[in-house]
Amino acid sequence: MENHFTHHQQDLAFLKDRLLLMAGHAEGSVNKAIRALMERDGVLARQIKEEDQVIDNFEIEIDELCLRQLARAPLASDLRFITVAMKISRDLERIGDEATTISRRVLELNSEAQLKPYIDIPRMARLALDMLKEALDAFVSRDSNRARLLIPRDKEVDAIHKQLQRELVSYMIENPSTITRALNLMTISKAIERIADHATNIAEEVVFNCEGLDIRHSASALQDS
Amino acid sequence: MISMPLLLSSSASSLPLPRPIIETRNLQLCYGTTPAIRGVSLSIQEKVVTAFIGPSGCGKSTLLRCFNRMNDLIDNVQIEGECLIGGENIYSREIDVIELRKRVGMVFQRSNPFPKSIFENIAYGCRLQGLKDRGDLYGIVERSLRGAALWDEVKDRLHESALSLSGGQQQRLCIARAIAIKPEIILMDEPASALDPIATARVEELILELKRDYTIVIVTHNMQQATRISDYTAFFYLGELVEYNETNRIFTNPEIKRTEDYVTGRFG
Repeated sequence: MENHFTHHQQDLAFLKDRLLLMAGHAEGSVNKAIRALMERDGVLARQIKEEDQVIDNFEIEIDELCLRQLARAPLASDLRFITVAMKISRDLERIGDEATTISRRVLELNSEAQLKPYIDIPRMARLALDMLKEALDAFVSRDSNRARLLIPRDKEVDAIHKQLQRELVSYMIENPSTITRALNLMTISKAIERIADHATNIAEEVVFNCEGLDIRHSASALQDS
Repeated sequence: MISMPLLLSSSASSLPLPRPIIETRNLQLCYGTTPAIRGVSLSIQEKVVTAFIGPSGCGKSTLLRCFNRMNDLIDNVQIEGECLIGGENIYSREIDVIELRKRVGMVFQRSNPFPKSIFENIAYGCRLQGLKDRGDLYGIVERSLRGAALWDEVKDRLHESALSLSGGQQQRLCIARAIAIKPEIILMDEPASALDPIATARVEELILELKRDYTIVIVTHNMQQATRISDYTAFFYLGELVEYNETNRIFTNPEIKRTEDYVTGRFG
């Protein structure tokens, strides 16, 4: 059986390259946003808005590449890859938006004294970023087991988020002057929690890409892992 | 190697569970010493559309022609194994081939109307069967042309030459001719490959209508066509049945890598 590396496959490889480049930007944005928070760096926070424009442009470009591929009526793994690419690019774009949200709140937080030492937020961010990196690595290596394994970690992020919300509510009850800062931190916590959700989505898409199995909203599929 | 669905298992699909009408058991066919079909066993369900796909020379058209013994017309063909239609081995000595071909109609790649009128193209087969009454014949012609979605286009010109029709209309006329004698099965060998996209869409629409009353087996090189019209798809390679499953499965997540490579255009 002869194998050809056709123009069609070259186009698919190009699509994958662009998607990974977009992922690099999204990951970078989240990293910068967390650094801007920890280091109270307003300059860095402002850079993220510009970065978001780049990510948005990637989303449009990837959609266009996918549409062009779909017009050629791909099938089987090619068809799955293209639909997955469209979904992953949407998740990455949302991750970029969450980084922008964090950076806006950082600018507001920087105008006042720091409410509390940041311990849980960087821990949460590390977990969410690890999940994102793991999901993207699973995508590159077409490793659905790796993708499956990271999905339960979303619960850890959710747990820290809930704990942080409770803690911030108690700050606000005790001292109303902390309300603005606590609300900003709540928003940041929520943004990180959403980033972990998007990483989970990407992991689920990787499983679909590799196995043709839709595991979304399916607890039993996760238990298989 | 062969992947086949459990067609009668309740988990096989959301489709109704029709019964098999065509079955082959270890069917082998050689042209002289060259094997064209190598031990194919499969069950084709009643009143569904089954597509045969595979690269040129994989044996799909040869297998199709086994179902109405069209291969009998070719010299030096040897067939082994069994081919059952409605549970009856069609290669047994008791089988009347003419009767068989009434039950199993065929539509070819190139439309092949007789050089006669539209009316006669359809009435001809019925006349051969001894039907003489013009009123009855007219009824069959109308029913067949309606069945082939051609009636409205030709009802005012039934006595014009069939050759005056467009390619797409001629192909639908051939389908009308095939259904005039009320077959159980219609075999189609790339019926739309010589048609433009609009005529192709009409033939495809017609196939979807016809499956309510007939079992259809279609050979196609057009993967998208198979996805649009068939319920089950069988992939053949070098005379072997490689994978046979629900069409949706074959074209979104085939089990066998060779099928995957073929449907994604990585070989062939």
